[in-house]
Amino acid sequence: MDNIVKHDVVVIGGGPAGMAAALSVWDNGVTDVVIIDRETSVGGILKQCVHSGFGLHKLGRELTGPEYAAEYAKRVFERNIKVYSDTMVVDINKEKLVIATNRQGILKIQAKAVILAMGCRERSRGALNIPGTRPSGIFSAGTAQKLINCEGYSVGSKVVILGSGDIGLIMARRMTLEGAKVEAVCEIMPYSGGLTRNIVQCLEDYGIPLYLSHTVAQIHGKDRLEGVTIAQVDENRQVIEDTKRYIPCDTLLLSVGLIPENELTKMADIAIDPVTNGPVVFQDRQTTVEGIFACGNVLQVHDLVDYVSDEAEIAGRGAACYVTEQQKDSSLVVDVKPGDKIRYVLPQKLNVNNSQGKVDLYMRVTEPMGRTVFTVCDDKGNLLSKAVKMRAMPGEMEKITVDLSQIGSAESIVVKGEAGK
Amino acid sequence: MKVLYDVIIAGAGVIGSALARELSRYQLSVCVLEKENDVAMGATKANSGIIHGGFDPEPGTLKAKMNVEGVPLIYKAAKELNVPFRQCGSIVCAFNEQEANTIKDLYDRGVINGVEGMKLLNKEEVLAIEPALSANICLALLIPSAGIICPYKLAIAAMGNAMDNGATLIRNFNIDKVIRNDGAFEITSVDGKTVEGKFFINCAGAHSDVIADKAGDKFFTIIPRNGEYLLLDKTEGATVHHTIFQVPGPEGKGVLVSPTVDGNLLTGPTAEVSCSPDANIITQAGISKVVNQARKSVPGVNFRQTITSFAGIRASEKNSDFIIKASDSVAGLIHVAAIDSPGLTSCFAIAQYVINILKDNNLTLTEKEYWNPVRENTEAFREMSYEQKDEYIKEHPEYGKIVCRCEGVSEGEILDAIKRNPRALDVDSVKRRTRAGMGRCQAGFCMPYVMELIARENNVALEEVTKKGNGSYIVTGRI
Repeated sequence: MDNIVKHDVVVIGGGPAGMAAALSVWDNGVTDVVIIDRETSVGGILKQCVHSGFGLHKLGRELTGPEYAAEYAKRVFERNIKVYSDTMVVDINKEKLVIATNRQGILKIQAKAVILAMGCRERSRGALNIPGTRPSGIFSAGTAQKLINCEGYSVGSKVVILGSGDIGLIMARRMTLEGAKVEAVCEIMPYSGGLTRNIVQCLEDYGIPLYLSHTVAQIHGKDRLEGVTIAQVDENRQVIEDTKRYIPCDTLLLSVGLIPENELTKMADIAIDPVTNGPVVFQDRQTTVEGIFACGNVLQVHDLVDYVSDEAEIAGRGAACYVTEQQKDSSLVVDVKPGDKIRYVLPQKLNVNNSQGKVDLYMRVTEPMGRTVFTVCDDKGNLLSKAVKMRAMPGEMEKITVDLSQIGSAESIVVKGEAGK
Repeated sequence: MKVLYDVIIAGAGVIGSALARELSRYQLSVCVLEKENDVAMGATKANSGIIHGGFDPEPGTLKAKMNVEGVPLIYKAAKELNVPFRQCGSIVCAFNEQEANTIKDLYDRGVINGVEGMKLLNKEEVLAIEPALSANICLALLIPSAGIICPYKLAIAAMGNAMDNGATLIRNFNIDKVIRNDGAFEITSVDGKTVEGKFFINCAGAHSDVIADKAGDKFFTIIPRNGEYLLLDKTEGATVHHTIFQVPGPEGKGVLVSPTVDGNLLTGPTAEVSCSPDANIITQAGISKVVNQARKSVPGVNFRQTITSFAGIRASEKNSDFIIKASDSVAGLIHVAAIDSPGLTSCFAIAQYVINILKDNNLTLTEKEYWNPVRENTEAFREMSYEQKDEYIKEHPEYGKIVCRCEGVSEGEILDAIKRNPRALDVDSVKRRTRAGMGRCQAGFCMPYVMELIARENNVALEEVTKKGNGSYIVTGRI
């Protein structure tokens, strides 16, 4: 095997998170940064997201996924940041030794810092245990999106979609535009997990019915899918028998959630948050293993790529500081805990005496809420921060800012949401 | 000119495949007819994958004989065919006094059947070797000779080895008529293909009664039983170290909890009489039953890590014993039917038994001068060190490209599955051979690329690539 290659920072993943992180590392003065990407070209999942709606926050323009990716790829190439493409990382350890494979052989890279940016995967049918047979014609929404948008093939003509995540909503519109009939979108929860704008633009504008508190109760067909039985569910998400209804269809798309891909993270013994399914991080997006950072959907599933880029910039800056040893040791760690109506908060930990003032906390609410008052309090009940939103949805990430200088000697702080007046 | 085969086997499950492999030792022409697009598509595809010690079948039955004789034969064949297996041992658990008495009976029965090395363990002893078991356990039976193996990989390897040694596999051959005239069978498929042979061996699994009927000798009825399973992620594979059984009842061996050779955790099966021999249906009731029953013996099974559920059909019969015999009325017809558990364990013993029947019926068996019992290890690349892989990739770059990220399967391994006997012609066939698409994401990422490789190697359009043959097309055309 060839000798071990050395780089200051190795970024794993060349999607929006990986590219923005590498750029941030470079722009913060560390130019020995490389990207390792599994695919032939950078851009990650954006390459198959041919719809528009990307970049409004970050770039001030409405772009398609490939356009947004191209903008960042251009910046990567302008800086001559090396990309190992068609290369898959198969192992990583606490000492930041990265092992990857490609058509040239096995690659060993010793990094000073690593940024994890592997993204996420879709929850599969298996994890759902839908009763019935195992025909073809059942796709995760993203797989169908790839076959249609990248490979140029249609996947079916009569479609039912289970789950109202954003990819499912986007695919409802995409399949309709390609001449398919989308018979129904079923969402097991009493509300959609997707962005409101997608419900309006992808379903309502095309007259596609969204059935809330509904699921697919049975799959029919031996070779190719022949139909599904859909049904309403009760408050415990159990099927209500007399609401069962058969819909003939040849295609079932699943958009039932995304799971951060943290197989490599676990290899390096990094602590995982059981709610986000991503690593536990500090405000610089450093994980519980020193010198390993994480950003993008591997850390938490985002709803907008613009926020992925923001987060990646934080991680890139953190890694650059770490490599140049600008980061001071910190013994004062404060836990950030989700309180009432909050599903999770990120970062989960704060380094208090290592801070430059203000930190943004990102969070999701547990249920749809109207006017909401978000508060951050310390463990003695002192109010540290407050923000008011006209409405809050589980599908949309919320943000609140805290001033670290106010935290003082607290061991933990709690973020809460409350129906506000 | 038509070939007159010496032996025609109906069904390429693990029984038909093992038999074809054992017959390929001899100077015979052997043809296997399979109605699906791949081997191992019936009961073989979806069962527990257990090599049973042999304590369970009633002494004196064919099952008891085949099971105990089959254990050393399957281990030997698995080695030759490079099919991974693990002799992990099994444990039968009793949770009350009545069950404890049954376990003692099973021990005695095992001794009569010739099972070696069994041990009765009290609560402390069994919890010491298997701490995840329920604290309600009062007695356990340890069977060290039991093991685990991947049933479809065994069938694929056996058929591949048979083909390498000259046997013929005809897929998508759905038998319509079996006619015997002039001392030979003429077998016609529903789409009009015909093959002829001197002996006809019915290894048609859940369809063996239908085939018996078509051959003019129906004297048994298969009662298909549906068994449902839940397969858990590799993170849970070490929950238990042995195959954990509950005390067997009239429906079978009950719900087990077992590691698999690939490192996953398997739980199941249920045992419901099925409406159809092809049903393979997952039910809500079945899933709940598996969860509840598995937790009875191993309370900590983490079902949140379930990656898939599947169902398999078992070809049971009312007398609960294997039917392996020459037909009383049709010369040259041999039935190998009602092969439910322990059929997998018994497959090579059954093959030997059938060969003896063929001998008794005056088939001349002359061993080939050169017969290769070995099938090349298809998992060799996975087992290499990084240094070895690096060297291998330098010679074979396609092994450096990972296609299935969850299971770490390279393009080279997928191409090998597509090209090697018996060739993988569809997406599920690639999955069974390489595990590509069998991991956490269940083919979400790799399926489009696997489809491309199948299309390219077979020189067909992507629209013609199927999930599992027949009408299971995946894409419907160009946009």
